[in-house]
Formats: sequence, C-alpha cells, structure tokens
Amino acid sequence: MTDPRARHQAFEKVWGNLPGFGTLAAVNHTSIGLRFMVTGMLFFLVGGLLAMLVRTQLALPEQEIIGPEAYNQFFTMHGTVMMFLFAIPVLEGLALYMIPKMIGARDLVFPRISSLGYYCYLFGGLIILSSLFLGIAPDSGWFMYTPLSSAEYAPGPGSDFWLLGITFVEISAMAAGIELTVSILRSRAPGMTLTRMPIFCWYILAMALMIIFGFPPLILGSILLELERAAGWPFFEVAGGGDPLLWQHLFWLFGHPEVYILFLPAAGIVSTLIPVFARRPLVGYRWIVLSILLIGFISFGLWVHHMFTVGIPQLAQAFFSVASMLVAVPTAIQVFAWLATLWTGRVAFSLPMLWIFGFLIIFVCGGLTGVMLALVPFNWQVHDTHFVVAHLHYVLVGGMFFPLMAGLYYWLPHISGRMPSERLGYWGFWLTFIGFNATFLLMHLTGLLGMPRRVYTYEAGLGWDWLNLLSSVGGFIMSAGIALILMDLLLHFRFGKPASRNPWNADTLEWATNTPPSAYNFGSIPDIDSRHPLWDDPGLPDSIAAGDHHIPEIDHGRRELLGTDAIGARVREVMHIPTNSWWPLCAALGLALVCISLLVRVYPLALFGLVIAGIFLFRWSWENGAHPKAAPLGVNERTDPPLHSRTTDGPGRWGMIVTLMADATLYLSLLFGWFYLWTVSPDWRLPEETRLSTSGLMATGVLLTLTVFRYRRLTERLRAGQDSGLWPASVQTSVLALLHLGSLIWVIASAGLEPGALAHDAVLSVMLYYLLFHSLVATLASLLQSARIKLGYVSAHLPYEAIVLKPFWIYTLAIFWISYTAFLLLPLAWGGSP
Amino acid sequence: MFGFSVVVMAALYGLWWYAMRRDPGEISDQQAQRHQNRWVIWGGLALPIGSITLLLAFGIPAGHRMLPLPPAEGEALVIEVKAHQWFWQVRYPERDIELINALVIPANTPVDIHLTTADVIHSFWVPRLGGKLDTIPGRTNVLRLEADRTGDFHGQCAEFCGAGHAHMPFVVTAKSAEDYQQWLNNPDARTQGDRDD
Repeated sequence: MTDPRARHQAFEKVWGNLPGFGTLAAVNHTSIGLRFMVTGMLFFLVGGLLAMLVRTQLALPEQEIIGPEAYNQFFTMHGTVMMFLFAIPVLEGLALYMIPKMIGARDLVFPRISSLGYYCYLFGGLIILSSLFLGIAPDSGWFMYTPLSSAEYAPGPGSDFWLLGITFVEISAMAAGIELTVSILRSRAPGMTLTRMPIFCWYILAMALMIIFGFPPLILGSILLELERAAGWPFFEVAGGGDPLLWQHLFWLFGHPEVYILFLPAAGIVSTLIPVFARRPLVGYRWIVLSILLIGFISFGLWVHHMFTVGIPQLAQAFFSVASMLVAVPTAIQVFAWLATLWTGRVAFSLPMLWIFGFLIIFVCGGLTGVMLALVPFNWQVHDTHFVVAHLHYVLVGGMFFPLMAGLYYWLPHISGRMPSERLGYWGFWLTFIGFNATFLLMHLTGLLGMPRRVYTYEAGLGWDWLNLLSSVGGFIMSAGIALILMDLLLHFRFGKPASRNPWNADTLEWATNTPPSAYNFGSIPDIDSRHPLWDDPGLPDSIAAGDHHIPEIDHGRRELLGTDAIGARVREVMHIPTNSWWPLCAALGLALVCISLLVRVYPLALFGLVIAGIFLFRWSWENGAHPKAAPLGVNERTDPPLHSRTTDGPGRWGMIVTLMADATLYLSLLFGWFYLWTVSPDWRLPEETRLSTSGLMATGVLLTLTVFRYRRLTERLRAGQDSGLWPASVQTSVLALLHLGSLIWVIASAGLEPGALAHDAVLSVMLYYLLFHSLVATLASLLQSARIKLGYVSAHLPYEAIVLKPFWIYTLAIFWISYTAFLLLPLAWGGSP
Repeated sequence: MFGFSVVVMAALYGLWWYAMRRDPGEISDQQAQRHQNRWVIWGGLALPIGSITLLLAFGIPAGHRMLPLPPAEGEALVIEVKAHQWFWQVRYPERDIELINALVIPANTPVDIHLTTADVIHSFWVPRLGGKLDTIPGRTNVLRLEADRTGDFHGQCAEFCGAGHAHMPFVVTAKSAEDYQQWLNNPDARTQGDRDD
C-alpha cells in the first residue's frame, strides 16, 4: 500500500470519529483538545462579561446599579469561571491537542479518559453556570473561606454549586494530569530521549505532575466542606472542635501551585515560540529544564503567604516569605534565557512575537510587585486591597493570557490550515494591551490609597474616584480588543489565506502533520536524533506520510501507538488503544446525576447515580486487553515489539501508579487535617469513650493482608509465565477480599460514631469511608478479574491486567495500616482515647 | 523598593527591545554558550538573589518592629474589638466602656487590640496606623498599634465578609494623654458611632 491517498483513507477509517451524533463518542485527542479549548473560550466570554459588570458598578462612587448581593455573586463567579472553567481547561486542551503531535505519537495513551474528562468539565461548568442564571450563584468569594461559606452564613445553595460543581470539573483536571504524564513518559517517538524532548513537553510534564499533587487538597477540602454543609460534620466549625483555618490551608495548598500550573504551560509557549522567531535554538535548554523543576518544587512551599494576616507565628512567616521570594530565581533564569536567545538570534517580527513582547512587559511588572508582596510588612499593608487585584491580574493575564494569545496566533494555521488577518490582529493586540494597562496599572495606586477588595461600592472623596473611572474605561477598551480578536478568529476560518505547511519554519514535530491535522497525526513514526527534527530534515513530513518509518501498517484495524521507555525512548511495545466509545459520556452523565441530586439534596437518587456511573466505568474497563473489541489473540500475533497487553509493564500500570500518587496526596491531606485539628484547633475535643472497636479493625486488617499476599503471589506466578491454578487462586483472593469487605462494613456500622457532633468523629468517619471505598473498588475489580481469567482474557500470555491491579491492592493495604497507626494507635500513645 | 523595581523593569524592557532589534551576525555555538552563561548567571541568578537578600535585610527587621512586643518589654493598653456582620464592637476591659465602630486611643502609646469575631472572618485595618490582622472564630489575635499624632484615622474591614462588607468602616481617634484620661472618665456620646447593619 504505497499510494499515499489510499494509506490516508485506510488510516482515517480506523482513526476517524463516528459520523453525525456519533462524534459525541469521539476519544481522539485532536477532537477532545479542540473541544476543551472552544468550551474554555466560551466560558472566558462569560467571565469577561461578569468583569464588565463589576467594572460598571465600580466606575463611579456610591452607585447602586448592581446591589451587594448580585455584586458578590458576580465577583465570586468571575474568579471561579476564569480560574476553573477558562484558564486551566484551555491550557489542558492545548496540551491534549499538542503533546502527542510534539512527541511523535498518534494519540494519548488513555483516549477514553480524555473524553470522560471533557464531559465532566462540560457538565460541571454548565451546572456552575446555571446557578448564575437562577440567581443563586455562590457569593462567598472564589476562595470560599469558612465560616462565611458554611451553612450558617451561606444558607442558600450557592456554596453547594461551587463545591460540587468545581469538584466535578476537577475530575477533568486530574484526568488530564494523569494522561499527560503517562503519555509524555511512555509514548515518545523512538530516540526522543528526555533531553531531546521539545521544551514545551517539559513544561507540560511539570504542569501535569503539579496537577496530580496540587488538586487533591482542594478536592478533599471541598468534600469536607460539602459534608459540613449537608450533614453538619463540623470540620471547620469551632463549636464542634473544627477550625476554619484548616480550610484556608487546604485551599491554598492547592491555590498557590495552581498559579504555577497556569504559568508553566504559558511559559512553555514562550519558550517554544522565541527560538522559532529568533531562528536560533533555545539558549540554556538545561537551565530552563532546571528552573521548571525548581518552580514546580518551590511552589508547594508557598501557600502560607496567602495567609500572612491570619496571625501565624513569626518564624513561619519568615520562612514562607523567603520561599516566596525564591520563586523569583527560576523565573529570572527563564527570562534571561529568553533574552539570550533573542540576543543571539535574528528576530522575525510577527503577530505571535508581539504578544510575547506584551507578555514580557506585563509579566515582569507583575513579578516585581509579587516580590514586594512576599515581604511580610508590606503584605500586611496591601493585603486584600486593589493593589493585590492589580498584581494578580498582571501575573495571570500577563503570565497566562498573553502567551496563550501568542500560542493561538502561532498554532492557528495548524488547527485550521489558514492564516489570520494581520491587520485585525494588530488592532486586537494594541487595544487589549492598552486597555489592560489602563485598567490595572492605575489599580496599584488605588490599592495603595487604601481601597479594599471586594467592596461593591465606595464613598466619594477618598481619592479613588477618578482612578476607578479610568480603570473601568480601560476595561471596556480591553473588551473591544478581545472582540476584535474573536472576530478575526471567526472570519479567518472563512476568509483566511491557506497556510503553507510549517508556515513559521518551526523545528518541532507538530508541524510534520497535515494542517488541519488528520485524526492519526503521523502515517508512520520516525526515529528522532535531535531536538530540532524539522530543521535537520525538512523532508520529514513527506517520508512520515509515505510510511517510511515505524508501524506504518493499518490493515489490522487497530489504533496503534509506539510505546517507548521513559528516559531513553527505546521501543518497548506497541500500544493498542481504544476506538470511539460511548462509555465515557454515559459515566459522565451518571456523575452529573450524582452532582445534581446532591445539589437538590435527594440522596437516594445520588446513590443511584453513583451506582450507574460505577457500572458504566466497570463496563468500560471490560473492553480491554484481549476482549474482541480491543486486541483479541490472533494467529499472526505481533511479537517484536509485542502488543502492550501481552507485557507486564504497559501504560496501564504507569497510569495506575500515577493515579495512586494523586490518591495518596488526597490521603496525606486528610492526615494533615487530622493532625492539624488535633494540635491547632482551638476547641478540639475527644469523645468520652472509645467507640471504634480496635480489635475488630485489627481482624479485618489481617484479612486484608492475607488477601493482598494471595494476590501478590498470583501476579508473581503470572510474571514468571505460569498460569496453572490461576482461576482457583483468583477465586480465593476474591473470597478473602469479600470477607475483609464484610467485616470492615460491620466494624464501621457498629462503631456508633457521632460525626455530626464532633470534628474528631467526623474525620474518623471520613477516613473509614475512604478505606471502605478502596476495599470495595479493589474487591469488585478482583471479581471482574476472576471472570476474565475464566473467559481467557488473562493468562500467562496475557498477564497485563492482573499486574495493573496489583499496585491498587498494595495501596489499599498501606493506607489501612497507616490509618490504623495514625488514627488509632498514635492517639492512644499520647494518652487520649481514639 | 519602588525605585529599584522601576530601574530593574526599565532595564529589562530596554535590553529585551535591543535584543529583538539587534543583528547578531553569525554566531557560533561556542559563542552562544558564552552568551548563555553570562546572561543566565548574572541576570538569572545574581540579580534576583542579590535583590532578595537586600529586601530581606530591610524587611525582616521592619516586620519585627511591627509585631506586638513580648509582654515583658512593655505594658500596653488593651482594647478588645469584636467583629460582627457588619459592625465593630469595641470594649475597654478595665473600664466599663463600650463603643460601636469607634476606638479612642492615647497618642504615642502602644495599644494592643485583642481581635475576636462573633461570626465570620473579618480583618481589622487602619491603613495609616499599621498592618491588618484577621479576626478568626475561636481565636484571639493581638495587633499592636501606635498613633504618632493625635487625630482621626479611618479604618475598615479588609476581609470579604458578606453582603455588608463594603459598609464596615470605623474611626480611630487618637487623643493626647490628658484628653484621653478626660475621655475615659467621661466618654461622651459623640464617639459612640452608629451601629450600621
């Protein structure tokens, strides 16, 4: 099959989306990435509209256009929409779209998870937005500080919309984080070692890892706060032994890394574009990689700088102050590496470069005010004033939006195959740039003059009047700029000049695909031996399309990727990935049902939704491995390299381990909460008598240990290629698991905890339900494994699935005994009753 | 601090602009490597580390001065302030005086404000007298203030606390020592601000 057109058609048949409504079952990363970006932009318009309403209200003193109730909803929703429904999803979308193309892969390794993530994002976003139209939007600020957001002071459903909706949307971030990490580590083109990876992939890898470690504290915090609001479990309520500051810790433990989660991909765009337009390889690639890793690391040690005014010890303040300033170092390394690249190159000026220049001007200014804010005495002065509003918009708009626009103009020809209009683009840039600075530069001064944040109006004559008026005018100029950009974007699909292939003469592989890209990206996967494959070999796109490289076959009808090892990118296996599937949509609909029924507080319906979502998810997992819809055993099995489901270290195991890292972060946040409340909470109380049966828990723990050891032996025999007695061994595991599960349920039911009365019992209950959830999932998965062994989907020749499940069992065992120690034994040792 | 920031900013903008405009001619990889080391080490490491050191050398002592002194080093006057949605309740524990949205303090004397809350988190802030401190349920935070002249100082709530957040101002009146004593003996009605809820 050498005819390129016939090859293309054969590939499209396997890789294309279903026609018509079937497109909803699409799992392809190009489709999903674009959907994320388009949806994100629509939410951006909503967030922008809210900002305009806010600026209208503040334009003149003592206005009553919008009352305080509506104003509070608007600024809360502006922050929430921009952060959670625009900034993160758009960057995730960009990464989902771009990463496989940059690393020379045909898709991400878990395509159905991309699709699930998108639907969770879409449904969650719509649920949150619906509250605005019902007039019951959250109004406690995007940071939701308790007790202002708790049931007593926010009795309406607004806070519930926030907590449930955001947690739902968060699933998509976690999905993207896991998927991008595994894809970048395990599916790069052969020869693309870590040090030859495009710099953008480093940024995205860091972002994905930060999502994995950064989001779980917020997810836990939201679950706890929602439990407090709905069931009265007093985690954050002083009267019950809780502490409102615990919320602030959990929130900012997420909230500060979040800023860098937004900044890193945007900086990645800058680092990608500058060498292309300077026509010179990026200077200081290793320095930049180092600084990316440093940023990722330091950003987890900064959260307390959002809490300098809550009255925390001085030593802690000094520590977090220094840590906050240290972030300036890796940031400065990047800025100067970019400068050096421009210095040594001959710069071609064009629209994306203009946005990069705008980025630099705004971001440097925001960075410098950031260093000022890290200084504790100065922070006390301007914290919660408009100075901080100005600072955060300089950092976020400058550090995220401007590079995003640069990236948009740079990659637009890739997405549409057409060039946008230069003239409209210039106007759009200058209006946005001037409007932005008019709004926010002045706002620094407004803040220094003492205007606090989040006030819906202010008295005349305090010196704030003209500043606010000019800020509002600036805001409207910026909106005009964004309207022009939008117009340019829409018009170019119709009237744009067709783009030549690789119009900017870039060096990275994404420009080796067709523009617009075909569903399979690459007709064959080339060997990579430098950081600049397209500069070294401009003929690469043609030889890729002609099928001159790895895995050019398609007549097997499977979607295939090349699996390579994490560091050296040597070929390890051929991954066969799932085709279009309805299960992600079904599961997301089930979860949406859970979310909505929790909102209207119909709990049986929520339970029903959870069960059907669970059924859909397990049904989805059924179509794997040697299932007829995946890769059934064939007569002419590929052996060199083998299919991944015939190996013991495929992407599933990596995905499982990365997921467990996120899960462990959630668990550590819970442990943090337990110790925090125990030591710091002002009114921490213990129940009068021990209610939880320590020995009963010990017994169920022994059963769990036996289960896991049995399972471990089973997998070890499989690894050694022996499958005699596999079925009985699997049944034994399942029976032991069921016994453990039953006894755990009995221990919890007979404990008689009072989570509604005491924070102590509430945390203990969350811990027990967390253990129960893991035991339940592991048991169900083991039962399914037994069935699959019976059907011949798991055997010595197909050991993959059993080995994917193993880390989950080990994790379940580990958290059980850690909980037993931390929640029961340690308090006993301290002399209290557990 | 501002002057330094502006200089750094202007210098960066200038360099960046020049770097985009300049024609480097042919540059070998070794030369590029030298450029890299020069820029990254001086601009990326030396500049921020130097600035941070300077900033901390100046900032940490300033922070010390603003914190409440340990009790042994000086007896300060104690005033209790309880924040409510949406007003400030001010008590003088040694006298039986209670004010709403108003404090009277002696000038040139350290005053410890003991901050508590009746409901949600608020933040006590008098911009001209010092930093702000939050009122946290279940806790008492102590803020030390000292007015260096007599007169009225405006204050307001600086932590978002719900629908009435914008309408939570208060006034701190600093009086000379004699006037303050006189006021303590006869707190007149004028300073008893209106409860605004």
